[in-house]
Amino acid sequence: MDSALIPEGVKRCSFGKFALWIGFWSLLMLWALAGAGVCWLKGLNQTNLNDYFGFGAWITADLAIIALGAGAFFTGFMRYILGIEDFKPIINFVVIIGFICYSSALAILALDIGQPLRGWHIFWHANVHSMLTEVAFCISAYFMVLTIEYIPLVLENRQLDKIPLVHHFSHNLHHIMAVFAATGAFLSFFHQGSLGGVAGVLFGRPFAFRQHFAIWPTTFFLFIFSAIACGPCFTILVTRITELITRKKLVKQNVIVKLAKVSGWLLVGYLLVKTLDTVYWAMVTLPNMGVSFMDMYPESPFTIWILIAELGFCGVIPAIILITEKGRNNNLLLIPAAILTCIGICLNRYVMTVQALALPVMPFDNFVNYIPNWAEWVTSLAPFAYGAILISLSYRYLPVFPQEKELNP
Amino acid sequence: MKEEHKEGAHGHVEKYKYGMVIDLDKCTGCGACMVACMTENNVPFRKDESDKLVSTAWMRVFKATNGKSYPDIDVCYFPRPCMHCEGDHGHSPCVSVCPAVATDYDFETGIVSQIPTRCFGCRYCMAACPYHARYFNWWDPVWPDKMEKALSPDVSPRMRGVVEKCTFCFHRFQRARDKAYVEGRREIREDEYQTACTQACPADAITFGDLNNHEHEVYKLKKSPYAFRLLERLGTNPKVYYMSTRSWVRREGDNYLKGEKSK
Repeated sequence: MDSALIPEGVKRCSFGKFALWIGFWSLLMLWALAGAGVCWLKGLNQTNLNDYFGFGAWITADLAIIALGAGAFFTGFMRYILGIEDFKPIINFVVIIGFICYSSALAILALDIGQPLRGWHIFWHANVHSMLTEVAFCISAYFMVLTIEYIPLVLENRQLDKIPLVHHFSHNLHHIMAVFAATGAFLSFFHQGSLGGVAGVLFGRPFAFRQHFAIWPTTFFLFIFSAIACGPCFTILVTRITELITRKKLVKQNVIVKLAKVSGWLLVGYLLVKTLDTVYWAMVTLPNMGVSFMDMYPESPFTIWILIAELGFCGVIPAIILITEKGRNNNLLLIPAAILTCIGICLNRYVMTVQALALPVMPFDNFVNYIPNWAEWVTSLAPFAYGAILISLSYRYLPVFPQEKELNP
Repeated sequence: MKEEHKEGAHGHVEKYKYGMVIDLDKCTGCGACMVACMTENNVPFRKDESDKLVSTAWMRVFKATNGKSYPDIDVCYFPRPCMHCEGDHGHSPCVSVCPAVATDYDFETGIVSQIPTRCFGCRYCMAACPYHARYFNWWDPVWPDKMEKALSPDVSPRMRGVVEKCTFCFHRFQRARDKAYVEGRREIREDEYQTACTQACPADAITFGDLNNHEHEVYKLKKSPYAFRLLERLGTNPKVYYMSTRSWVRREGDNYLKGEKSK
């Protein structure tokens, strides 16, 4: 039925099967839209957020999804700026992943603000001292860059490519893509850092506050470091899931292994810097504020195990697997390592936002807990459904994987 | 004699520095300050106000105990308005983070303002405030029948989805300033500008005035050896002082490491 739209020389499932698959994810998307709808119509009283937890599941999802999407800019940076040609076969796919992550983040942000129709105030009345302003500008601009990077791929659809104007337009866009990759890298380094800065500048919150290095808190650099370390792992994971579902090899092993190697060594570097930062925070920053390190991990779920899980189980273990040749070449080790790395980054973003707010600062204040409700859960998890739909459509109708034909003769 | 036009943060000329001194030994925790504040500032409420995590109170009274059991137990109530922090470097925790300048530091009065019509509800300021002095409007305000007629005409009610907080009854400052100008004066007398909570306190526990003015009561009170501020060690530099002769109460005002000497 849609065979004329499918790229030449590749095999795809029947349209009926595809429609069923898309239908399943669309139902989940509808559920998420219902959650979003009640929040937009009735307000944030439809969530479990409260005055103690102004930040909750959404902000965690936002920060996590942006970190996971860092594979897009960083792979682009390695491919176009550093000139590492090995990443060429995966560059289309990372752009799609990045596009999904950033558009999801923007949608969740639109939900998270109390007055979505006033979202433009952040640009119009911009406070140049606020990290959130920097985040908003950079994310919006980078989303535009991702859209520009995605357009040539869409235009390469078999039918669209037949139109001479479209063909030449997309061809020329490809030629100047390095400019956009550089712009994207610049913007991304800044907004990944600014997201770290969002937490790090909160000098009223001992858990989040970090000493400044130059004009930024150390979390600025830690967030960049952790995002570029975990981004490639997320790319590996999504690629492997796509291969599992399509039951095809789509990217050569050397590309995946190289990504794993980059990710592994970046993770090692990140863990070293993060450990130093944590030690300084525990030994100097916190005592100056009158609190001890263990005061920051008072009770469930915010016990010391959350830190051990973040840096140990989801940091050191995957790092060891990824930096060893045997580890990254063995899928049975590589995939769990990639999963652990992604969980680690999500945990980090969770503690830096939710745990930072959960701990009472006034000695006579109470510790309160927060559990997201259905509207927060479905909207936070919606990017999975949205991602599945967009990847499926792209995979079916666009030449996403240049090595597919060669790997599946 | 007033120290006129002091140089404040960022080199701005600071005409006044309004602040409060709350005598915790006098406070009985009656909550009159909270009620007066809500009435004065059209603070919205709902039928069921039992969930304090979503109910708005610009002035909230917290309860602290010395942790001992009867008969040694001692209780103290901490009335907590917005602290109108100046920050050690001229950056209030909330003002510096608001992405849309919906909250600002007024260098004429030292008051941290809130502009609800500009706020778009990101709640970053709430995350920044360690005192929980900022409240989000989870619902649109709905007053019981005919109560709209009793609302204060000087303070705009806020809509759903924006943050609000104590303004030190800034409209009262504006009114006092207008009156002074009409009468050909450039200075506001101490009794001309007082917050609603100050006037409502039956125990006279709250004193309000210009912290820079030698003639104001707050100037003298803040110099008391028993005066302290909440969470001073964080560097928020608040303009609300507390006073208590009880050492455990003063210790409750900040965080200290085990064995560390308190103020």
